[in-house]
Amino acid sequence: MLDAAPSKKPLVEVRNLKMHFPIYAGLLRRRVGEVKAVDGVSFDVFEGETLGLVGESGCGKSTCGRALLRLYEVTDGSITIDGVDIAALSNNALREKRPTMQMVFQDPQASLNPRMTVQAIIQEPLDEHTTLSTKEKQQKVYELMDAVGLNRRFAGRYPHAFSGGQRQRIGIARALALNPKFIVCDEPIAALDVSIQAQVVNLLEDLQEQFGLTYLFISHDLSMVRHIATRVAVMYLGKIVELAPREALYAAPLHPYTEALLSAVPEPDPSLEAKVERIILQGDVPSPANPPKGCNFCTRCPKVMDICREVEPATREVRPGHFAACHLHEITSQTAGATAAQREANERQHGE
Amino acid sequence: MHDGGRPVLEVQGLKTVFRVRGGEIHAVNNVSFDLKPGELLGVVGESGSGKSVTMMSLLGLLPSPPAEVRDGKVLLDGQDLLKADEDTLREVRGGKVGFIFQDPMTSLNPVFTVGYQIMEPLRKHMGMDKKAAKKRAVELLELVGIPGAEQRLSDYPHQFSGGMRQRVMIAIALACDPKVLIADEPTTALDVTIQAQIIELMKELRQKLGMAVIWITHDLGVIAGIADRVMVMYGGQVVEHAPVRELFGNPQHPYTKALLKTVPSVRGERVRRLTIIEGQPPILGAPPSSCPFRDRCASAVEECARRNPSRTVIGKGHDVACVLVEKEAAHA
Repeated sequence: MLDAAPSKKPLVEVRNLKMHFPIYAGLLRRRVGEVKAVDGVSFDVFEGETLGLVGESGCGKSTCGRALLRLYEVTDGSITIDGVDIAALSNNALREKRPTMQMVFQDPQASLNPRMTVQAIIQEPLDEHTTLSTKEKQQKVYELMDAVGLNRRFAGRYPHAFSGGQRQRIGIARALALNPKFIVCDEPIAALDVSIQAQVVNLLEDLQEQFGLTYLFISHDLSMVRHIATRVAVMYLGKIVELAPREALYAAPLHPYTEALLSAVPEPDPSLEAKVERIILQGDVPSPANPPKGCNFCTRCPKVMDICREVEPATREVRPGHFAACHLHEITSQTAGATAAQREANERQHGE
Repeated sequence: MHDGGRPVLEVQGLKTVFRVRGGEIHAVNNVSFDLKPGELLGVVGESGSGKSVTMMSLLGLLPSPPAEVRDGKVLLDGQDLLKADEDTLREVRGGKVGFIFQDPMTSLNPVFTVGYQIMEPLRKHMGMDKKAAKKRAVELLELVGIPGAEQRLSDYPHQFSGGMRQRVMIAIALACDPKVLIADEPTTALDVTIQAQIIELMKELRQKLGMAVIWITHDLGVIAGIADRVMVMYGGQVVEHAPVRELFGNPQHPYTKALLKTVPSVRGERVRRLTIIEGQPPILGAPPSSCPFRDRCASAVEECARRNPSRTVIGKGHDVACVLVEKEAAHA
């Protein structure tokens, strides 16, 4: 099922991760509530794979990615990267751990210091974490620039002299500087033009192969995620609603939200476009400060049942490796044996 | 379905130049197209391809200086807008021609209520009194699918979500029954599920109201689902123009072909490796004397450097600006 099946050893294990931001209000700035940006997510990222994390804006996917590298102090839960629980580390221990995990940011304009040269930007992690000599660092920077397809001659230039795609390459080179194992790519192509997006995605794939990297690829672009990811997790309002191998998810989504999300993607092929059955969701995403009771998706779900408004669905492994958090599949998986037998019987009848 | 009928909008040989420090940028070069009543023309291109600047030039929306519309004709119902004075243009904007911008947050005024902003064109252009304008504003909000329309008139833009704000923008653009609606990346800032809502709404509105629409986007998927005809822009000029099925089924310009291949799909076959277009889009410091796509084109020949090809008709409503296609057409 997984083509290019990675070794089944999890590099990153996330368990019940919660990231709540407090809301203060009133004259005394009292705490009146919290934004539950990430509310209890659990998943693994296997060595050498790319886990795609998709969802709409405000669903908590970026917060999740940042919390994973402990760019925030997490509210609850554990994040084990390469055998060490990042969430519980002291600051000094965390610093030593940082070289194994890096990040590529969305906006290459905002994530590069405009007053540093490319050389200085890529070299900064080396200054912080290694004891290389100046000459060795220079050499390493050149190698990194080669790896991401930047001309060595431009090492002395400033970020403003580069185009968006080239800036993103600088950001990638910086992330690679310390030979990390795990890179969180937070919407690395969202700010780029279509013809440049493919260049960066191909580069990320090449680097993954070359350096044996593991990616968490955060994106709202479902078609690009289908291209790059090995497995895909779908987030809605702070929770993972479905997690499955790429082909299984795109061919047969289980959660009604995933179905709607996939059907909403415009199709660039008019002959296929005519066949797409579009599920138009009503309304907007509820506020994560005040999520609905029961299932988070119950306010917009076209298949909503009474139980969805009362009880929060648990995540179940509906098929091997295919997880979904939906009451629809709790019922069907209980009776799955029976229905499968029935379907088979039906098919046999039809066949005759 | 849209054949026959005289075009509502005709653009001929439009040229727009920005004067910048140390020179000029030729953003729009010799762009011509027409728009028939009731049809939807999709305009596709990357950032910097000149698609937005073209549309802004039509209505004199570009600040001048630095912008200068140097040449061309823009005929709206036979009247040349480039020769029109500011008063006439003001009548046209929001009257005969509605405009929807990309970012609904920055294009609505945050200090006025939504009701005020919808009523403004009604009172200015249609001369309605306050009561009539309010009634029409409620109708418009209902038309674009905003629940509780009457109460929401007194809300401010920040009280609406992104998708709802874009609906308000559409309501404003539709206020005076425009003949032409120009939508500049109307769904780019929105999430896919909200984008699907807005596209569905636009299809519905076109059927109900029958205005002609120019839809600017960089998303080929959106265009495939909504447009009648498509114009592909690159380096400030139109490189290919065809009915939507023809363009996607039989693309001729190397840029269009590459663009269609570089976008992965969520349905259909998954490619192992994305096809890329090498290099960067050009910045034109002078009117191009060669094909602007030449440097990135996989099938470029020596002749491409010598001249800038003009648009050659190769089929019904299908024209392409490419040296190779010209040669093929000559042989046939």
